[in-house]
Amino acid sequence: MRLYEGSAAGAKVLAFGGYQPARVVTNDELAALVDTNDEWIRSRVGIESRRLAAEDETVADMAVAAGGKALAASGLSPADIDLVIVATCTPEVMIPNTSAVVARRLGITAPGAFDLNAACAGFCYALAGAGDAVRAGSARNVLVIGAEKLSHWVDWTDRATCIIFADGAGAAVVGRATGPDGSPDAVPGIGPVVWGSDGDMADKICIRDRNSFIFQEGQSVFRWATTALHPIAQQACEAAGVHPTELAVFVPHQANLRIVEALAKRLGAPQAKVATDIVTAGNTSSASIPLALSRMTEQGELASGDKALLIGFGAGVCYAAQVITIP
Amino acid sequence: MAMTQQEILAGLCEIIDEIAGVPADQVTPAKTFVDDLDIDSLSMVEIAVAAQDKFGVEIPDDQLKDLKTVQDVIDYVGRASVSA
Repeated sequence: MRLYEGSAAGAKVLAFGGYQPARVVTNDELAALVDTNDEWIRSRVGIESRRLAAEDETVADMAVAAGGKALAASGLSPADIDLVIVATCTPEVMIPNTSAVVARRLGITAPGAFDLNAACAGFCYALAGAGDAVRAGSARNVLVIGAEKLSHWVDWTDRATCIIFADGAGAAVVGRATGPDGSPDAVPGIGPVVWGSDGDMADKICIRDRNSFIFQEGQSVFRWATTALHPIAQQACEAAGVHPTELAVFVPHQANLRIVEALAKRLGAPQAKVATDIVTAGNTSSASIPLALSRMTEQGELASGDKALLIGFGAGVCYAAQVITIP
Repeated sequence: MAMTQQEILAGLCEIIDEIAGVPADQVTPAKTFVDDLDIDSLSMVEIAVAAQDKFGVEIPDDQLKDLKTVQDVIDYVGRASVSA
């Protein structure tokens, strides 16, 4: 027996929400800490400034802020949410999971709750899981959150990494794809996910043990991201029955502006608006894609019905891509 | 048939112009990528990937770090294309 009636037509995103910590950290501030400068950072990674959480601000705090905004924007009440998924690779503690705590603080009573670690691909993995749960009838509505406090895991004397990583959270509410009259929507809102991994590259981005900081082999990661991922993005389009030239927006994980630009160039979607949140948000891992979607929605850059291609990729290495319809 | 040094240089000039915007007349064998041509480590990766497409020669990251000058790349591609 199913818990809830499934949705044969699929699942869709109902709303987005984002949260950025108040503290803006400029490149000049980092130049006072390590041997770097504004021009070097802008040309290598494309970041002008990033946001860092306050010392006592937790991953759960940021997840609650973003999740609360998405929930409010969806028009649903906490009682409508059956499942909460928090994608994070930087929780302060491993036990308890972040999602149960976040659900409680949002007034969502007794939902299914689990954390998911697929590093910077986490949001796309969680979104895929949420969509499948709604389609299968395991949940009516799902709150999906990507939240990270990478600043906690960065060596602030390592100029190769401290200029890149940042903090924040983004969220989406996923529900049944139904038309205005309640009938199944003919247009599925979340296309099939194309995902994968390659554990041979596990040592290219890692935190080696609980006393270590985040390490990244920049050149190897750059080569992988700029050569292996555009075919995945194209496969996600094909799986959704959407040609790249029909995309209104392309939202890749905000790893590095040069990776974003290289991916966009190779995708073959010259008309699509490309998210470049990294410029003022830094690399926020699993939060970067929903943060970008949330900001673009708030600023009126997206229209309801727009087709958006998302692709998350990072440590593992692992990756996931899907086409969604903008609510 | 193995490519001549001139052929490799000509191909490399096209790649460097496209990726880093350095005109071909500035790309001479003795120039270093970092100091003379102002090409950074990520652009070097892009050049290596483009070189693989153009010459059929793979330049892995652990080899790439030793290729400091234009001549180093010409020699590497020349050797690899002979042994291929």
